[in-house]
Parts: sequence; C-alpha cells; structure tokens
Amino acid sequence: MRKSRIVGHIAAVVYPFCLVFGLYVVLHGHLTPGGGFQGGAVMATGAALMMVAGMFDEGEREIKYHHYKAIEAFGLLLFIGLAFAGILSGHGAFFRNIWANAGGWFGAPGESGSFNSGGLLPLMNLAVGVEVFGGISVILVTMIRAMKAAERGEDREDEEGEGAE
Amino acid sequence: MNTLLAFWSLHTPALAVALPLLGAMLVMLVPAERFPQLRGIVFFLAAALGAFAAINVAGQALADGACTYVFGAGPRIGGGPEATCTTFSGVPIRIYFHIDAAGALMLLVAAITSTAAALYALRSEEGSSGLTAFQPLYLLLVAGVYGMVATGDAFNFFVFLEITSLAGAALAACRIDRGLAAEAGLKYAAISSLGGLSYLVGVGLLLARHDLLNIAALSQAIQGGGPSATDYAALGLMALPLAMKAGTVPMHQWTPDTYSRAPHPVSAFLLISSQASLFGLFRVAFTLFGAPVVSTTSLGAFLAVLAALSMFVGVTMAIPQHDVKRLISHHAVSQTGYMLLGASVALAVLGDAEKTAAFGRDALAGSLFHMMNYAIYNGLLFLAAGAVVWRTGKRNLDDMGGLGRAMPVTMLCFGIGALAIAGIPPMSGFASKWVLYESVFRYSPLLAIVAMVVSLLTLASFVKVFQAMFLGPARKHLSEVKEVPLAMAFPMLLLALATIAIGLFPDVVMQRLLLPAADALLK
Amino acid sequence: MNAILTHLPFVIAVTVAIAGLAVVLWRRNLIHVLMGMSLVESAVNLFLVALGYRHDAVAPIYTGLRDGGEHVYMVLPTVQALTLTAIVIGLATTAMMLSLVIVIHRHYGTTDVRDVRRLRE
Repeated sequence: MRKSRIVGHIAAVVYPFCLVFGLYVVLHGHLTPGGGFQGGAVMATGAALMMVAGMFDEGEREIKYHHYKAIEAFGLLLFIGLAFAGILSGHGAFFRNIWANAGGWFGAPGESGSFNSGGLLPLMNLAVGVEVFGGISVILVTMIRAMKAAERGEDREDEEGEGAE
Repeated sequence: MNTLLAFWSLHTPALAVALPLLGAMLVMLVPAERFPQLRGIVFFLAAALGAFAAINVAGQALADGACTYVFGAGPRIGGGPEATCTTFSGVPIRIYFHIDAAGALMLLVAAITSTAAALYALRSEEGSSGLTAFQPLYLLLVAGVYGMVATGDAFNFFVFLEITSLAGAALAACRIDRGLAAEAGLKYAAISSLGGLSYLVGVGLLLARHDLLNIAALSQAIQGGGPSATDYAALGLMALPLAMKAGTVPMHQWTPDTYSRAPHPVSAFLLISSQASLFGLFRVAFTLFGAPVVSTTSLGAFLAVLAALSMFVGVTMAIPQHDVKRLISHHAVSQTGYMLLGASVALAVLGDAEKTAAFGRDALAGSLFHMMNYAIYNGLLFLAAGAVVWRTGKRNLDDMGGLGRAMPVTMLCFGIGALAIAGIPPMSGFASKWVLYESVFRYSPLLAIVAMVVSLLTLASFVKVFQAMFLGPARKHLSEVKEVPLAMAFPMLLLALATIAIGLFPDVVMQRLLLPAADALLK
Repeated sequence: MNAILTHLPFVIAVTVAIAGLAVVLWRRNLIHVLMGMSLVESAVNLFLVALGYRHDAVAPIYTGLRDGGEHVYMVLPTVQALTLTAIVIGLATTAMMLSLVIVIHRHYGTTDVRDVRRLRE
C-alpha cells in the first residue's frame, strides 16, 4: 500500500495528544472513571495510529519493538514492586496501600477528591498504564510484523497475558 | 536475620504467588541472547523460591488447620479484626488467600512438580527458539496454579483460572512446530476462554443473589438459606467448565492435542494446571455449595458416569496410538476419570452422613490421593518420554526400540512411572487405586469393576510402550543416542523416588495429609 | 413498561450470547469464530454490568456524591470492577488467539476450520 504523506503528518500531530490524554486518564484513575488500563489503551491507540499511517517503517520497527518490550517490562516490574511495598515497609500485607492517609505526597488525609489523596494508587495506575501501553504496542507490532513476514520462514511468536487488574 | 525470618513466615502465602510473578518480570528484563545463563538462574530461582514458599505455607496450614492471608491488610495480618477481611461496614470484600488442608495438599504437589519440571526445562529447552517467551510464561503458569489453589475469593479464582489458561495456551504454542503447536494452543485457548466465561456468569449469578464474592461467606449464605433456582444454575455454570478444563469426557478432545504438542516440561506441569481445575471443581461442589444444594441434585451420579466414561474412553483411545506423548495424554484423560470417580461418589452420598462416614470420606481421600500420585507419576512419564524424544528426535513408537542399553536411567524412570500408572503394588498408583476400589465398590460395584478393567488395559498399553521404546534389538539410526544429562535425569529420579516413597508408606500420607484434606473439603 | 426496561439488558445479553455461540459453532472461518467468542464475552460483560444497575442511581464515584446533596444512590461498583477485569483478560485472550490464527494461516495457508485439523492425523 502506498504511504500517504497527509495521513502520516496528521498522525504525527495527533500522536502526542493521544499520549497526553492517555496520561491524563491514567493519572486521574483514582478520581474519575478510567485508570491504568483505559489510559494505557488510549496511549496505545496513538501508537497504533502511527503504525497504520506508516510512520514506523521496517528498519525503525525493530527498535520500537525492543523499546515497547522494555516499557512493558518496566511497567510490570513497577507494579509488582509497589505491591511489595507493604511487605517491605513492615506495616502491612502484599498490596497494602502504605501511603494512604499517611500525609505528605499522595497521601493527604481527609481530602477526598483531591489529586493528592490516593496513596500508592496513582503510582500503581501509572505502572499499569505504562505496562498496557507497552503490551498493546508489542502485540500490534508483532502482528503487523507477522503479516509482513508471511513469506519468510519460521519466526517465533510470543504473547504475554496479563490478568492483573 | 530474625526479622527476615519473621517476615518470611508472615507473608509466605502471598510470596508463593508473588515470587514467581516477580521472577517472570525479571526474566523478561534479561536479554536472552547475551546472558542465557543468568536468565536460567533467575528462572530457576524464582520457580524454586515460589515452590519453597508454597511448601512452607502447606506446612503452616497442616500444622494450624488453616492459614489465611488478607491482601492489602494493615499491620495485623495474622490475627485481629483485619484478618476477617471485612471493611468498616462489615462487608467481606477484601481479596484473601485461604489455605486449608486440601489446599495445602495441592500446593505441595504443585510445588514438587513445578520445581522438577523447571529444573528439567533448564537443559531441555536450552537454545530452543521459543525460549524468550517460554520462561516468563512458565513462571506465570506456576503463579496462576498456586493462586487457583490458594484463593478464597470466587472472582479471584476466575482471574487465576484465566492466567493459567492464557499461559498454558501460549506455552503449548510456543514451539511453532509447522503450525501444529499453534493449532493445539488455539484449541486450548478457545475452550478455556469459553469455559472461563461460563464460570464468570456463575459467579455473577451468585453475586446477584447473595451480594458476596468471598467463598467462605458465600457458602454460609448458600447453605444457610436453602437452595434457590439461582444457586442450581450457578452450580451448573461453574462446575461444567471446570470439569471440562480438567479434561473429562465428553469435553476431553483438547487434552491429547495440547499435552502432546507442548514442550516436554510444560506437558508435565500442564497436568497440574488441569488438576487445579479439578480441585476448583471440588471446591465449588464441596465447599461452596455443599450438602444442601448438591445432595438435592444428581450432580454426583452425573459426574460418576462422566468419570467412568473418561476412564474407559481415555484408555481405549490410548491403546492404538503411536505417538508416545499422545498416548500418555490419552492415559491422562483416563486417570482423570479415577480422580473424578472418588469425588463423585463422595458427592453422591454427601447428604447422607452415615454413608459419608462409611465410605464417602474414604472415596474423597482416595480421589485426592490419586490426584497427588498422578501429578507425580504422570509428570514423570512425560519427562521420561520427553527425554527419549529429546535425544532421538522421534515421537513415533515404531521408530524407536532397544533404547534401554543407551538410556538406562530414563528406562528405569519410565518403568517406575508405567508401573505406578498401571497400579502395580510397590508404587504409589497401587495405594490410591486400592483406596478407590474399596470405597467405590460400596457405592456401586459396577463402577469399581470398570475401574479395575481400565487398570488392566492401562497395564497392557504400557507394557507395549515400554517394550517398543526400550527393549528389542537396537535400531541402526539410533546408535548415536546417549543418556540424558544429569540436569534432566535428576528431576526424573526425584519424581521416581517420590513415587516409590509414597507407595511404600501410604498410611503415613493418608493420615497426615489426605484424611485432613478430605475433612477440610467435607466440612 | 418499567418491567420491560428492567429486563431488557438481560434479554439483550442472552440474545447476543446465543448469536455469538451460533457463530462459534457454525462459522467455518477461524476469524469469524473468534468474533463469535468476542460476542459471547461482550454478552457476559453486559450481563455483569446490568446486574448492578438501578435507574435512579449515579455512577459510583465518591466525589460525585458531594455535589448532589441529599439521598443519592450509586450503582453497584463491584460488578463494574469485575467487568473491567474480564475485559482486560478478554483482550489478552483475543490478541493471543488472533496471533495463533496468523501462525496457523502462515503454515497451513487456510483459516477454514475443516482444514485446520492436522493434529488428528
């Protein structure tokens, strides 16, 4: 299929807005509808748009694949690490929200509705958002690549299923 | 050091799931091409530490009767008001793990097999093309199985069920194998995702009726209030997909395809994932719905018929097979029938306290006993058969022969597994089958006779396989074949040892492990 | 009238589920089969969300209550959490199955279920 310059440039303009809006949804996940998964999906939509518009050509896609893979792994690790925070702090169980109502950053007590009130939740949302962005992009890149490389022989297929909320 | 130990013992239930998960993420971060050794170490450490934590939890649960862990709870995890997992308004809403004696049994089995298979995988999967995906997915599968067994929340069970389904399907497909493995993986994924949805609808119905998700609170609400039509519908919707995922006839077609195409260590551990589904079925039937609901249905009799069919169909399908892994997979269906048989007899007499005490309890204990033995000896069979396939590159029995001289250790291990699956005295399979025969005979002699006949057929089938693989004249194209390396032989020997040990001391296992487990389910 | 409206979501959920299952059972193209499975999944999600709905209630957002003042009901948030999780899981499953179909198509050259049964041989 021929690459359209107009589509490409419009996609490049829309891409940052997708990312910012996705990030907004992610960061306000503890206050408004939305959260990590939805925001991450919005961000990944931007990446999908770029792929469809043909802005990532063959050579570049290889790099992006590794980047997305790293982003995904980082998000997962951050999420698990935050879940471990309760155990490591010694004040609670796995998945304990140790910063809730603790004062200071993120944990202002008695201020329901303020951005600052979720304890670890905004960070966890961020982790999930980053992970979903990376994960969906990896899936998209893998699929596009598999379709493009139909004539080439064996190449491996990998999928990760994340069931965590 | 002391504080570390205190931390460990306090948090083991969570760590059993968390450590494999963390390991899966860490393994993904290590580049496979540059640091294959480091990757292997992280992989095995995560599996082994998770197994260690699981065994620890099982020990705690057996010593104290049960062990509860509330996720997201405050400082008082082990005791105090937060351990009851209620919120400020008294609604039991928190996700928690609850491990009783039955869960402890499953955790033990899963821990042993997962470690053995992981150790085996270090060598057998070395340098294979799907390795980048294999290691994280395997750890994900392990975490999912531990979670399914340990969770005390009906919806959380669904989440872990889906994690095992996804990871299992992806693992089955991770060796593309000219598309065959992908076909097997697709079949498994499609069936388990439809089954999972059915289970989810069941959970939704229960939530709508009782406004609860917590299994302990739900079972009180269901059993206390007298069964309603919604409860019956939920029972059917939850029990059937779990029976399907365990691989019972007539929903068994995926089993031979998936098991035979998965990488060898994965075949051995996918068994445990099916077992966890079967255990989920026991949980749903015994713990969640219990006597008031189940005894007014014919679920027990229905499952008993399915069990007899599974035993018979599995073994008759196995006999004509030529692909060795496919043959063992068909036997797995047949063995699942035994496990379901004991439990369905216990279900059928659940409303009758006298019969339950007379033979229902024993039937359930025998069923759990067979589950435990089967996980170990069938895992062993898959590993040993995998070792032969790995060395020779052949799956067809007609292409093998005379391998006993070249691979004596593998032959020994396969022989022990074959004797155990056929139920020959010194092995573990005999002990559990004996308990099953005795107790099932008092419910229905016909079923017990079917079980014995199937056992004979199993023996015949394995005599044939053993002869075809290891005995007879040496084949010319197999003259280069050597014994497998120690890293693969050791886990096989470990499982073989466990098979013999359980077979020699069945009474100890029965008293310490199985009767408490059966009582925990019947309570 | 009100009774019809109350039950309508469940009727629709059952209809969609049956349509999805019919597609799974009778369509021959694997992609269509996967579409059918997605339909079933959506039906289940609709069923779950409909369980927690009441017509005079607001979205279950805590801060939304402060402005409304007196006696405001919220729809049940638990089922919404369940649905979200189910959607995430469904996404992962669908993506995995689609990529398996891609692999199958590459090796077999077809996505017709009648031809995708080489394991049986």
